[in-house]
Amino acid sequence: MNEWVFFINNVVVAGSVSGSIYAIGAVGVTLIFSIMRFAHFAHADMMTFGAFMVLLLTTAFPTAGASIGIPTAIIMLPLAMVLTAALAVGIDKVFYKPLRAHGVKPIVMVIGSLGVTLILQGLIRLFAGTSGQSLYVDDRKEIFRLALPFDGVRVPVVITEPQLYLFVITLVAVVALHLFLNRSRLGKAMRAMSDNPELAQASGINTHLIVAVTWVIAGGLAAIAGTLLSLDVTFKPDLSFFLLLPIFAAAIVGGVGHPYGAIAGGFVVGFAESLAVFNWNILLRPFRDSFPAWLELPTNLAFVSTEYKIVVPFFILVAILIWRPTGLFKGKVI
Amino acid sequence: MSTQPKREDLVAAPSRFPLREVLLFTALLLAVLGVYAAMGAAYSTRMLVEAACYAILALGLTIQWGYAGQFNAGVMGFVALGGFCAMLFSVPINEDFWGTELPSELGRVLLYAVAATLVVIGATRLDRLGIPKTLRTIIAVAVGLILYLVVISLLRDVTGEIESRAGFIGGFGLPAWVGWIVGGALAGGVGYFIGHICLGLRSDYLAIATLGIAEIIKAFLKNSDWLTRGTATVSPLPWPTPGPSELGFTLARALYLSVTAVVIAAIFFLLHRAYHAPWGRMIRAIRDNEVAAAAMGKDINRRRLEIFVLGCILMGLGGGMLTSFNSLFDPNGYLPLNHTFLVLVMVILGGPGNNLGTMFGAVAVYIIWIMSEPLALWLMQLIVAFGEGAFGWDAPGNMDSRALQARVLVIGVLITAVLRFAPKGLLPEKIRHHD
Repeated sequence: MNEWVFFINNVVVAGSVSGSIYAIGAVGVTLIFSIMRFAHFAHADMMTFGAFMVLLLTTAFPTAGASIGIPTAIIMLPLAMVLTAALAVGIDKVFYKPLRAHGVKPIVMVIGSLGVTLILQGLIRLFAGTSGQSLYVDDRKEIFRLALPFDGVRVPVVITEPQLYLFVITLVAVVALHLFLNRSRLGKAMRAMSDNPELAQASGINTHLIVAVTWVIAGGLAAIAGTLLSLDVTFKPDLSFFLLLPIFAAAIVGGVGHPYGAIAGGFVVGFAESLAVFNWNILLRPFRDSFPAWLELPTNLAFVSTEYKIVVPFFILVAILIWRPTGLFKGKVI
Repeated sequence: MSTQPKREDLVAAPSRFPLREVLLFTALLLAVLGVYAAMGAAYSTRMLVEAACYAILALGLTIQWGYAGQFNAGVMGFVALGGFCAMLFSVPINEDFWGTELPSELGRVLLYAVAATLVVIGATRLDRLGIPKTLRTIIAVAVGLILYLVVISLLRDVTGEIESRAGFIGGFGLPAWVGWIVGGALAGGVGYFIGHICLGLRSDYLAIATLGIAEIIKAFLKNSDWLTRGTATVSPLPWPTPGPSELGFTLARALYLSVTAVVIAAIFFLLHRAYHAPWGRMIRAIRDNEVAAAAMGKDINRRRLEIFVLGCILMGLGGGMLTSFNSLFDPNGYLPLNHTFLVLVMVILGGPGNNLGTMFGAVAVYIIWIMSEPLALWLMQLIVAFGEGAFGWDAPGNMDSRALQARVLVIGVLITAVLRFAPKGLLPEKIRHHD
């Protein structure tokens, strides 16, 4: 049983944590893709920006959360979401709108977004320095150890406070997004525009408004994902480079332009990563005595060591591009 | 024909005096002379050699992006592969490794790997023996996973043994140019793999995939201590020309510069010929109107793959030359900023699709890049001094490293500004029109 608890800690919990973060990031990428038809490379840096805003606000008011009993960073999250959404709309106005007005190819927009990536990264590093910082400025990170009620189980299931917040906020964000896309007028207009921009425009949908709303949603979600990731580990200015590939892999796995697919894709990538770095020898250990004598298992049975974790999303990306380029849920844009 | 008024855009442009080229290159020459006067000959020659290596990288990117409209966001990976091959082939033979039974152990594991691959490929063909396709897929995946685990465990044992007993496998002790050529070939092979998967799909996917493969190549080189010594770095790497210890810094670097100049001249000549040949016209036709080119019977995906692989080969070659010149193989030294985005700025600023413009962009941007380091430090000190004097601001201690980070910002601003205000670069691609 101890081995299974170990499995839960290392695969189920870790996989859901990174899966939630990838899912929230991938939803933003896929929404931008479906409205503006380009891969937005600066998305991961918008996540870093959101986390940085939370860090600044938390440093400014370190004791704000103690009065209500939740971490200050979580209280500051809505404010950071607003700021990041404003940044996203501003970036669109300054950088992407002129390019769109010129009618450039999508790939030029991709290069433009790489330029934005570097600008954001430069600014964040200029103001935040290069070292990692904890978002828990004045609060204490609670760690819950849940002992399981079975005989002989000594190892507890470990889950931390930010991880609980992560699951709750992810759930709230997904439900809110679902309601917005399916119930509100604006959400329906957005889906119409993603299906057929010309037709949407001809039927009187204000496409400029839709573009702005897309950026607001993408910016807000990016701030959530960045903050929750930084809460779980630490805030680092170069967070984004390791996030870009898993997020794009998740968006493509789910089918580009397909928000629910992106959520599923995020969890696929997250769990694939944690399954691949898990040492399977641990699960086989109880059966060691019943193995034939010639079979000597090596102590390390992980598929990839943690240094090569980035191979996993890439492998998934390549596999999906070879066998099913439209993604698991048949995205619209190939 | 003489009765009709000639349309401006259809007649061949009159051969004008290339004023813009002359002006820009004169300015560049003055800048280089200025650097020579300010920083001394040894430093400036080093800068020129590095700029020349970057020019090869930029030529590789300009044929991908400028000729064919493919965006490679992972130049760094191909540069690192070239650098790795330059290191592997030119470093002296390590007797601690070759004198023991370790090479045969390693060879045995590699043979196992080949055998395992063959078995898995065989398993994917099982449906020809009448096994249902679903069952075949399950068998193939299961066999693949188990064999992979077996081979990777054996490999971990052998590589751990190599690391503890011999350090790393050492080099082959061959001339550096062998490594450059193999590096180009290896980079081309990786480019073929990526291009084969992505080039038939949306152009964004190529950018995502190249970005990923670059990080993977770097992670592999960084963590394979048995192959590359990882973060411990390998130095010195021998040069193909007499080194500084024999000739002194300036002369040795000038000799290296002449080698790179010959390589660039050869590449430039061949690319120029290819660009004006029917092949170049076909590539441009595919870039400008894919549907029309396909209707004319051109094999679009194959041509795209051709040009993508060609660009990757040039990047591998340039990366090998750059690493050999630095005389140090450090996997951590390959950074997206220095080896991907800098090259991108060189190409889009100089003029994508115009080889002369790309080379101008390479040298000009590299000079700005090198000179921006002292400039950024100086500016930061100025700001700190001003802040302390005027507001009594207590500046953080790591201002110097932050000043260098500001160069990231500058590159980003350059990319977005060029895309918006000069999308064709300083020396735009010249499209010849014929009657």
